[in-house]
Amino acid sequence: MTIGQKLLQINWVFVLLICLTASVGFLMLYSASNGRMDPWATRQIIRFFIGLTLMLIVAIVDIRVWLKYAYVIYFIAIGLLLVVEFGGIIGMGAQRWINFGIFNLQPSEIMKVAIILAIARYFYARRLVYVNSFIHISMPLVLIIFPALLILRQPDLGTTILLVATGLTMLFLVGVKLWFFAVGLVLSIIACYPIWNFVLLDYQKSRLLTFFDPGRDPLGAGYHILQSKIALGSGGIFGKGFLKGSQSHLSFLPEKHTDFIFTMLAEELGLIGGLALIFLYLLMLIYAFAISVRCRNHFGRLICMGVSISFFLNIFVNISMVMGILPIVGMPLPLISYGGSAMMTLMFSFGLLLCAFVHRDTHISPGDSEGRYI
Amino acid sequence: MSRDNERHKTLSRRSLFLFGGQIALLSGLVGRMYYLQVVESEKFKTLADENRISYRIIAPKRGRILDRYGRLMAINKLNYRVMMVPENVNDLKQILEKLTRIIDLSRYDLLRLKRDIKRYRSFTPILLKENLEWDKIAKIEVNTEQLEGIFIDVGEQRFYPSGSAVAAVCGYVSQVTDQQKKTDPLFSIPGFKVGKSGMEKFYDIALRGKSGSKQIEVNAFGRQIRELEKREGEEGKDVWLTIDLELQKYVSQRLARESASCVVMDIHKGDLLALVSTPSFDPNAFNRGLTKSEWQKILNNSRNPLNNKAISGQYAPGSTFKMVVALAALEKGIISNRSNYFCTGSLELGDSIFHCWKKNGHGKMNMISAIAQSCDVYFYEVAKRLGIDAISSMARRLGLGQIFNIELSGEAKGLMPTREWKKKNKNSSWQQGETLLAGIGQGLILATPLQLAVMTSRIVNGGKAVTPRLTKGISLNKSDLDSSNNSKLGNFKNIGINITNLDLVKKSMSFVTNSPQGTAFRARIIDPKYRFGGKTGTVQVRRISAEEREIGVKKNKDLEWHERDHALFVGYAPLSNPRYVVSVVVEHGGGGSTVAAPLARDILLKVQKTTKS
Repeated sequence: MTIGQKLLQINWVFVLLICLTASVGFLMLYSASNGRMDPWATRQIIRFFIGLTLMLIVAIVDIRVWLKYAYVIYFIAIGLLLVVEFGGIIGMGAQRWINFGIFNLQPSEIMKVAIILAIARYFYARRLVYVNSFIHISMPLVLIIFPALLILRQPDLGTTILLVATGLTMLFLVGVKLWFFAVGLVLSIIACYPIWNFVLLDYQKSRLLTFFDPGRDPLGAGYHILQSKIALGSGGIFGKGFLKGSQSHLSFLPEKHTDFIFTMLAEELGLIGGLALIFLYLLMLIYAFAISVRCRNHFGRLICMGVSISFFLNIFVNISMVMGILPIVGMPLPLISYGGSAMMTLMFSFGLLLCAFVHRDTHISPGDSEGRYI
Repeated sequence: MSRDNERHKTLSRRSLFLFGGQIALLSGLVGRMYYLQVVESEKFKTLADENRISYRIIAPKRGRILDRYGRLMAINKLNYRVMMVPENVNDLKQILEKLTRIIDLSRYDLLRLKRDIKRYRSFTPILLKENLEWDKIAKIEVNTEQLEGIFIDVGEQRFYPSGSAVAAVCGYVSQVTDQQKKTDPLFSIPGFKVGKSGMEKFYDIALRGKSGSKQIEVNAFGRQIRELEKREGEEGKDVWLTIDLELQKYVSQRLARESASCVVMDIHKGDLLALVSTPSFDPNAFNRGLTKSEWQKILNNSRNPLNNKAISGQYAPGSTFKMVVALAALEKGIISNRSNYFCTGSLELGDSIFHCWKKNGHGKMNMISAIAQSCDVYFYEVAKRLGIDAISSMARRLGLGQIFNIELSGEAKGLMPTREWKKKNKNSSWQQGETLLAGIGQGLILATPLQLAVMTSRIVNGGKAVTPRLTKGISLNKSDLDSSNNSKLGNFKNIGINITNLDLVKKSMSFVTNSPQGTAFRARIIDPKYRFGGKTGTVQVRRISAEEREIGVKKNKDLEWHERDHALFVGYAPLSNPRYVVSVVVEHGGGGSTVAAPLARDILLKVQKTTKS
């Protein structure tokens, strides 16, 4: 296929949905800076268009190339995480970024895509019988846990949880038996004790405790949850009107351009606005599922479901935490929240999804990578 | 291929399961949104409004204190202050350096600034220095470009244009104390001042006015975004006093170098035209905030500037009390204007000798000459026959030994002893010698300058039970004031003393200053239009021993200040148709005729000349 033919093959309805959702984000960032394009909206629009271009390029690259370089990408991401560990920029009390001069890169975001590629790469040619042998499962577990620990040390609880959840869900998809998860659950409950005492930092503990008992810290973390609920609730059905959210604009709402942007949307545009955005997300999830079903190669299907899960978890955790269902762990709302690395990796993962769609009928044989069909 | 198929099936089955799970969880989120935004919405709307709407209290203008003609005794002065908004200052050190080239910043100012920067939010203006002079303000205004974060704020501050001259009457204002904090919402305003003494305290609530409030929209840090609603408060009311400010200032100035007090009073209405106590203090210093050394200086002053001697100072009235004794005797019929006693210079009673101030005696004395020349022996004789209870009862009718509940706090009661009182309080019976001493206003008897003024008024106004007052009215308008005022006047009860007796005593008082033998003849006013009468008093504060009498009593100027006699004078004017009385007490001032009488003369002359009809 030529490049032109490949571009025609792209699912443009899905691209349109992405653009629509991102536009909602631009509007909210415009509102977050009290009706100005600066400092957030303009930069977010520029990033989005760079991301859009990246997505289209990723989509038309032959899927076998991504298969071939899956581990390479994974190890680059690991390398970047190690760089952060030993020399990253400290911001907001955590060491998360690498400075590249014109932009700061957040390697944990890259890892969110890399883990999907690596696991899909690991299982694309593995027979079901081997999937449930402990030796075969231990390798992907290492692939998940090693970067997860690096990210937890930054510390970034939200991304850690997302990474582990995405990885485990992919293991579930490839057919790992349920007893395995049951054993894992028991083991992790036992592991809670040392993690609580030796790994989690005080502010992370405080957030968890506050989540279970918001009254214990009314001016700290509990204050944020309460103010977010007040903002949402006071929005009512029709909202207070664009640019008119009192909670958001009078700074009662923290981080209104990143983690709490959904709250601002629901305050200003009400239940109607919130439902509309959730509906857009739902349509995208439906498309992702449909594309996965249409794929005839295992690698593509795994990629699609991986992207879909990661995307969904991002949405669900973010909205749940601003509504007080989950603790505040620091997770942006995909396509809406302000943030460069998150936007780029998300567009990259949508690129992979579209790539799987473009190459839905491509047959992938074990020889397409170094792997053997065992 | 079958193995491949099985793999595919598992993946499809589990993918579908996950997809279903996604939809279920999203539905859960929708349910939660419905709960927050529809079911609980009202509750959260209220909470959101509580967040954004804040109430601020607006301070009303404090009412003024005016004299009887509307002259200003206490006003509100514009107070120019240098303020700083910390968040607008980049380099604090540099700004302070620039500022110190224009204004003096003390170590205390800088310490307070550092404390306030930590204490308040960064957008709250902090006070750097207040009460700036005009040229300093102009310099800062010109340099605002270079002084980022610095601005001039205009507030209001209590100001007493006549300073220490009105301190005894007006009192002062100062910061609210912690115990007061809850009683008025106004007290929550930082730096709000209330009356702490004098009229400022008595009329504090009227002067203060009522607080206004405004509703403002604030952000999460409490910064005002816009004003939503404003309710104006009520300005404080003006208080009009009976004081004549010009006279008050004149008297203060005349007494400034003494430890003294003076009351000038209208004998018919009871209006206090002047009420002075010296040394005084500057009430302006109190509301600007005294420094520690200023406060120590006031406390350590042995002449007690904070004590209002005109109402709290209690003195033996000395010879000024002789009119009381004379009236008691006349009313009882013990003496008449023709009865005589012979003064030999002393009187013996048992083992004791009671001396007259004139060593060689006055010779034959009647009531009028005894008062005019202040003969002690005459009054020893009269007192001996009267007894203490009759004297005390007359003193009470004339206003001694009681408080009048005037608007100032700290009024002392004085003391008019009786036999019963002595038994009760000293647990011993009354001695006749004490009655003799009482006859010349010494011994246990005590009176305040205010009481002496009331006593004199009642003698010269024809026996009306006039009581003193300081307030003309509380109003915003002078014509209202005058109409409400006139209706209430002149209906004091008669104290029931025979008018001929009163006229006799009044006549004797005119002889004090106008007959060549009178003790205060040298202090007389020659102009017949302004002539006055009165009575001198010289009160011993130490015992004079028999030996000292032998070799000659020491002169006042040879004594330590605190051993010198108190000088007293009570007087009235004009002679023919009296209208004003004055009482003057100069602590350790010396003789009543040489020190107090000239002061009284000048004051009575001043009041007659300046009073508008």
